[in-house]
Amino acid sequence: MAVSVDEAVSTGPVRDHTSPARRFGGRGRSVLEIALLTVLAVVMLFPVLWMIETSIKENRDVYAIPAKFFDFTVTLDHFKDVFVASGGRSSLSGSFLNSFVVAGVSTVLATVLGVPAAWAYSRFAVKAKKDQLFFILSTRFMPPVVVVIPIFLMYRQFGLIDTKLGLILIYTAFNVPFTIWMMKGFVDEVPAEYEDAAMLDGYTRLQAFWRFTLPLLLPGIAATAVFALIFSWNEFVFAIFLTSSDDVRTAPPAIAGLIGGTTVDWGLVAAASVVFALPVLVFAYLVRKHLVAGVTLGAVRR
Amino acid sequence: MGTVAAHGLCKSFGKVQALDGVTLDVPDGSFFVVLGPSGAGKTTTLRAIAGLEKLDAGSVHLDGRDATGDAPAARDLAMVFQNYALYPRHTAYENIASPLRARRRSSSEIAAAVEQMSSLLHIERLLQRRPAQLSGGEMQRVALARALVRRPRAFLMDEPLTNLDLKLRVEMRTELTRIHRSLGATFVYVTNDQVEALSMADQVAVLKEGKVQQVGTPAEVYERPANQWVAGFVGSPPISLLACHAEGDRLVGAEGWTLPRPRWTTAEDGRPLLLGLRAEDLSVEQRGDASLSGELYGLEPLGDRTVVDVRVGTEILKVKARPTVTGTPGERLLVTVDLDRAHLFDAGTGLALSEAGR
Ligand SMILES: Nc1ncnc2c1ncn2[C@@H]1O[C@H](COP(=O)(O)OP(=O)(O)O)[C@@H](O)[C@H]1O
Ligand SMILES: [Mg+2]
Repeated sequence: MAVSVDEAVSTGPVRDHTSPARRFGGRGRSVLEIALLTVLAVVMLFPVLWMIETSIKENRDVYAIPAKFFDFTVTLDHFKDVFVASGGRSSLSGSFLNSFVVAGVSTVLATVLGVPAAWAYSRFAVKAKKDQLFFILSTRFMPPVVVVIPIFLMYRQFGLIDTKLGLILIYTAFNVPFTIWMMKGFVDEVPAEYEDAAMLDGYTRLQAFWRFTLPLLLPGIAATAVFALIFSWNEFVFAIFLTSSDDVRTAPPAIAGLIGGTTVDWGLVAAASVVFALPVLVFAYLVRKHLVAGVTLGAVRR
Repeated sequence: MGTVAAHGLCKSFGKVQALDGVTLDVPDGSFFVVLGPSGAGKTTTLRAIAGLEKLDAGSVHLDGRDATGDAPAARDLAMVFQNYALYPRHTAYENIASPLRARRRSSSEIAAAVEQMSSLLHIERLLQRRPAQLSGGEMQRVALARALVRRPRAFLMDEPLTNLDLKLRVEMRTELTRIHRSLGATFVYVTNDQVEALSMADQVAVLKEGKVQQVGTPAEVYERPANQWVAGFVGSPPISLLACHAEGDRLVGAEGWTLPRPRWTTAEDGRPLLLGLRAEDLSVEQRGDASLSGELYGLEPLGDRTVVDVRVGTEILKVKARPTVTGTPGERLLVTVDLDRAHLFDAGTGLALSEAGR
């Protein structure tokens, strides 16, 4: 992904991003700033640290009172338990596999449907374009928990309850609007003249898109797909309402299901959570540049 | 064959009427220039001919066949875009080869054609570079090569020389005229530079606010501008326009001067007119019976000539003079007018008065 869309569009004047507060304090950060940031970091990161610690502690140390911060025995048994049970593969590992399938397929579908739609909205004079785009976005206004009951009832009619296909469809439906909005920003950045030139060269409209615009969109597509992937991977509400059996269930409800018996195997919960969080961290790292853009939906840095 | 006929093209973008009944008939093999200021609708006209713009009304005929609804690829035209539109991830070579690749020519045929084009346009050294590594002039030549590598029905060129520096622009002007002659192909060439239009065109169409003002040879457009606006747009320094009216056998200026009435004018007495005088039809050195008196306002030495600004009342006359001419501002001057070459326009409509008697 060495080439970005930036190369395709002229670079604007370099703006001075230094905030006034920074210039005030000179080059370094003030002591107060560092102190506040440290407090914030400890508060925010403590649960994460605790989760990681718990996942590698011996069970003795997990339940020790007072809690042991540093002086504990390290073990990887909990991680082994996440993947293997006495009879072979654990049911948790099955859930992780389900998560991979459901998140992967729904992301591919959302990308395949959303990218051409974004291109069309960017390039063509569509009737009531703004209204259509608003309508598409408005499907994201409803929190899942509000729409899950009607969807549950519909799914029961169609026999989609407790199927991976059902989850894939609902995640795709949620990701397509996001993909369209974010990709439209990227397509807008690529001059339409490349396609015009290609059509005069003798290519059809679609060939022009495929051969000349699409390659310039790849970085944007990758970033968008990662966001869709993270959404599907993390999704909890639909997963817990629409699935029940172990061989369909995705990781979030499966991990939640570990808590609530008479005894809770906190080591296993922590290890499963670490395994669950890893892909998200890796992907978030890959698209960190676009995180802000993604939050503002398609408003790509100019 | 390669005739392009656009009839009654209309196109609006929201409230902006970009084309308002544009009609052009481009004969086979001609160098046809569409001349107009920025925003006149030149690019939209070319895009309409190319099939890139959906028209509100009008038709495009190519070689006599109605091509109005055809896809761009089906029209067999080549275009040089105003901003070149070179593919950013492709090398110059691949950019030039693109029209041939689209037509699935063999790679040996492509290599030969690209080589021929690159030597014609002196870009052999640049073939492996990407557009980002090329200067404006180099990109422009690659864009030209991409258009010329094929023998289409007609070439459409959208201000291809505008972004070049003056020296290169003058060079490329002669180069393009030469290429046009050697190919014998039809060129529809858009520019806002009247010098380009006058020096390169077989036919010029002057466009303003989506309307064709005049079509003719460069000489016709220059010598017989159809209206005041064309007269002002074509020619450098711009034509001087003086408010006046006819009175018997005299022309009386709003600033009080009088001149003999040109024999060919038919305007009735008292009708408000504009007298158009080109710099080369005025003189501060010769003596004649038709003259205006004014004072020296400024001198613009241009090397091969000097433009003398003469103030007549509140109006400024631009007069062409020898480079050796001197004077001090405020000095009284007599400007001799060649009335046989003067132009008269109706001050209300701006239209040229009939010159039938000329
Ligand atoms: N895609 C477009 N959307 C909106 N307005 C446009 C578009 N293309 C051209 N226009 C408008 O149409 C008019 C003619 O434009 P154009 O053909 O590009 O002029 P020129 O090439 O002569 O400078 C201008 O007022 C321009 O702003
Ligand atoms: Mg233009």
